[in-house]
Amino acid sequence: MKKLAVFKLASCDGCQLTLLDCEDELLSVAANVEIAYFLEASSARGEGPYDLSLVEGSITTPEDLERIRRIRRLSRHLVTIGACATAGGVQALRNLADVGEFASIVYARPGYIQTLDRSTPVSAHVSVDFELRGCPIDRRQLLEVIAALLAGRRPVVPTHSVCIECKARGNPCVLIAHGTPCLGPVTQAGCGALCPAFNRGCFGCFGPMQSPNAAALNARLRAAGMDDEELARVYRTFNVTSFGGSCDA
Amino acid sequence: MEPIVLDTLDPLIEALRERGYAVVGPVVRDGVIRFAELGSAADLPTGWGDEQAPGAYRLRARGELVFGFAASPDAVKRFTHPPRTSLFRMRDGVPERAPVEAPKVAILGVRACDLAALAVQDRVLLGGRYPDEAYRKRRAALFLIAVTCAVPGGTCFCASMGAGPRAVSGFEVALTELSGPHRFLAESGGERGAALLAALPSQPAAAADLEAARAVAEAAAGRMGRRVDLDGVRERLVQQRESPIWNDIATRCLTCANCTMVCPTCFCVTVEDGTDLADGTAERTERWDSCFTLDFTELGGAPVRASGAARYRQWLSHKFSTWVDQFGAYGCVGCGRCITWCPAGIDITEELERLR
Amino acid sequence: MIPAPYRVRSRRPDRADTVTLVLEPVDGACPPFLPGQFTMLYAPGVGEIPVSISGRARAGGYVQTIRAVGAVSRALCHTPRGSLVGVRGPFGTHFDLARAAGLDVVVAAGGLGLAPLRPVIRELAAHRARYGRISLIVGARTPDALIYPRELARWGRRFDVRVTVDRPDRAWQGPTGLITGLVGRIGVEPGRTCAFVCGPEIMMRATAEELLRRGIPADRIVLSLERNMKCGIGRCGHCQLGPLFTCLDGPVLGYDKVAGLLEVEQL
Repeated sequence: MKKLAVFKLASCDGCQLTLLDCEDELLSVAANVEIAYFLEASSARGEGPYDLSLVEGSITTPEDLERIRRIRRLSRHLVTIGACATAGGVQALRNLADVGEFASIVYARPGYIQTLDRSTPVSAHVSVDFELRGCPIDRRQLLEVIAALLAGRRPVVPTHSVCIECKARGNPCVLIAHGTPCLGPVTQAGCGALCPAFNRGCFGCFGPMQSPNAAALNARLRAAGMDDEELARVYRTFNVTSFGGSCDA
Repeated sequence: MEPIVLDTLDPLIEALRERGYAVVGPVVRDGVIRFAELGSAADLPTGWGDEQAPGAYRLRARGELVFGFAASPDAVKRFTHPPRTSLFRMRDGVPERAPVEAPKVAILGVRACDLAALAVQDRVLLGGRYPDEAYRKRRAALFLIAVTCAVPGGTCFCASMGAGPRAVSGFEVALTELSGPHRFLAESGGERGAALLAALPSQPAAAADLEAARAVAEAAAGRMGRRVDLDGVRERLVQQRESPIWNDIATRCLTCANCTMVCPTCFCVTVEDGTDLADGTAERTERWDSCFTLDFTELGGAPVRASGAARYRQWLSHKFSTWVDQFGAYGCVGCGRCITWCPAGIDITEELERLR
Repeated sequence: MIPAPYRVRSRRPDRADTVTLVLEPVDGACPPFLPGQFTMLYAPGVGEIPVSISGRARAGGYVQTIRAVGAVSRALCHTPRGSLVGVRGPFGTHFDLARAAGLDVVVAAGGLGLAPLRPVIRELAAHRARYGRISLIVGARTPDALIYPRELARWGRRFDVRVTVDRPDRAWQGPTGLITGLVGRIGVEPGRTCAFVCGPEIMMRATAEELLRRGIPADRIVLSLERNMKCGIGRCGHCQLGPLFTCLDGPVLGYDKVAGLLEVEQL
């Protein structure tokens, strides 16, 4: 039986929870793979090597760096899951500021804090076999990636815009019909156009789509009343390392 | 059957339901007028209109008309060529065809442009060497009630595509909404339509009713927000394959594929293969795809149409040039949806004009 | 359209990454095919790809040669003998050998492009008297990447066969460089020659241009094009090249029909 492991670096645990949220399908996963290491679900600490390792979280400390190298060595397939692991996550906001200053404000004794200047995606340090985007990741996509990699096929995880899913779902376009700012046209699909389905604009948590034209969308968003500060905020919330520059386009 | 005049639409809806149809029509929902199942005529968007412009759509309270609005974001394509369908499942190497879901649906309020689009899709999906039998079944399960477009939108150009505003074929029943007094002229387009109309309370149409209906269509044709000059367009797009204009459009084009999703004739699909983790069953599904994605032309790991310019060129050239080579008709019916629902507001009529 | 179950009757590794399968239908016989046509081969649950038919096995199955370059081709290459795969087709246009009767024939293959040309060559060999001079020119990246080496040797005893490689190894004694370099060596009589060409697009265009320069008319230079075919039946839209559906109007097309289209970048 193939061995699955789930690891966590700097993150909120939400993406790992997606696996637990699978409920019925989780039983199928459990029946077909040995869940060797998954602290969120079980105290078992099965030793590697693992056929498939899912890694949540970004690299923010020297320990993270050491751990991810060890995980890579132990894993046949390494899949990063979520915006933290694939693009630095919310904590990559530090990349745009002085982390020492943050530490001095937050902690009484900042000298105890050992942290890196930047929050970086796993792929900046080790080779990654597949990156699953989202904040959090999508349940169906996670199951697809597990099934595909275990079956030796390419996961069906389209990299086109959210708009394709949004139209397939039958949502009216919130940007055009309501004037709600929406990053859907430059954001990768995968969520099933969740936010627009509830009349909210896409906030880009799946990161840039395959051929994003942020300049063209920003022209529209600026015309809708967004200023540069707001644009910076929407692009820099979840995926700073992949989407961060788009606000200047 | 001679045209008749209906005072209300409830008996029509009721009669369709008695014949086993789910009756779908325009309703106001989520800030747009779109197709949904109707309970009664009271669900129709009486008094509502829309304003459509490149990249813009707004509902507006407007007069007394029931059908005082232009194209809905939903085309009939959603019923005939759904966004996602299962093709087959395969257990132990033996494929099992997925059953085709072809529910009996009556669509009330289909516009001439959408009927023209259906005729285009018929050519594409039924006219070739390998007809799509699932499409044929879904298509045959529809009962189409057309409505003459009285208030075309700012992005409409069906008149210059020869596709509207009045439906002339492809329907069971065609309605034209008349006012003073408020009433509907109803004409049958075939035996099924005639049988339905014969069962409804009505008066025979007078010459004045027919004249009023003609005037509605004529006024609408004169109020098209846009137009396309088809003269030489097919050849011109071939000549303009290397025009710098494509690059200019690409600076604005998001390659988001919205235009192809809302287009009532776009037919491109892809298939997704997968396996069930639990029992190993393989399944293939078909879903809408778009020539704006990179995967669309992937060959040996790289896309043939890598640039946005190449992808936009493919789309526009297909609609107005190569579609004619392939299917003997344009791939555009002038509904204007691709203009309204383009987040960047790219206007194909304007771009065609620039490509002259 | 649903794939029909076919059994892998035999599986012969040709090269490190290339395998030739013989596929027999579970029920009934293989539909007839013409040289140059392709099938859509389905690895259950993994996906489907177009693969040209390289011949009919003596027992009746399709001979198909696959190079492992993606997940689906890898899965097909690794399908063991006796397992089931799915087959749709044959589809597409073919190399029309009737038009070559009485003419000299140049067959030009680049890499895996030899696979769809194999039935052409076998047909030429089977009815040798119908044709004039027959030249087979073959190019491959390395000697290791050459497919059908034993058949090439056999064909070499019947026709003028020349093979070139881009990157020779120590043992290589034949010509090196591009296949276009071989065109000059075979001695073409333009008035009475036709050509069948298959390989990477850049190789086909260069070869066709070279043949054109030597006076062979464009409509007698026939290529087999490759685009992203998903359905094989002109319905998915993916394989369009200008007005053509490569799967229906092609893959085999005269250079007169496609030269202008191939010139346009990213068409």
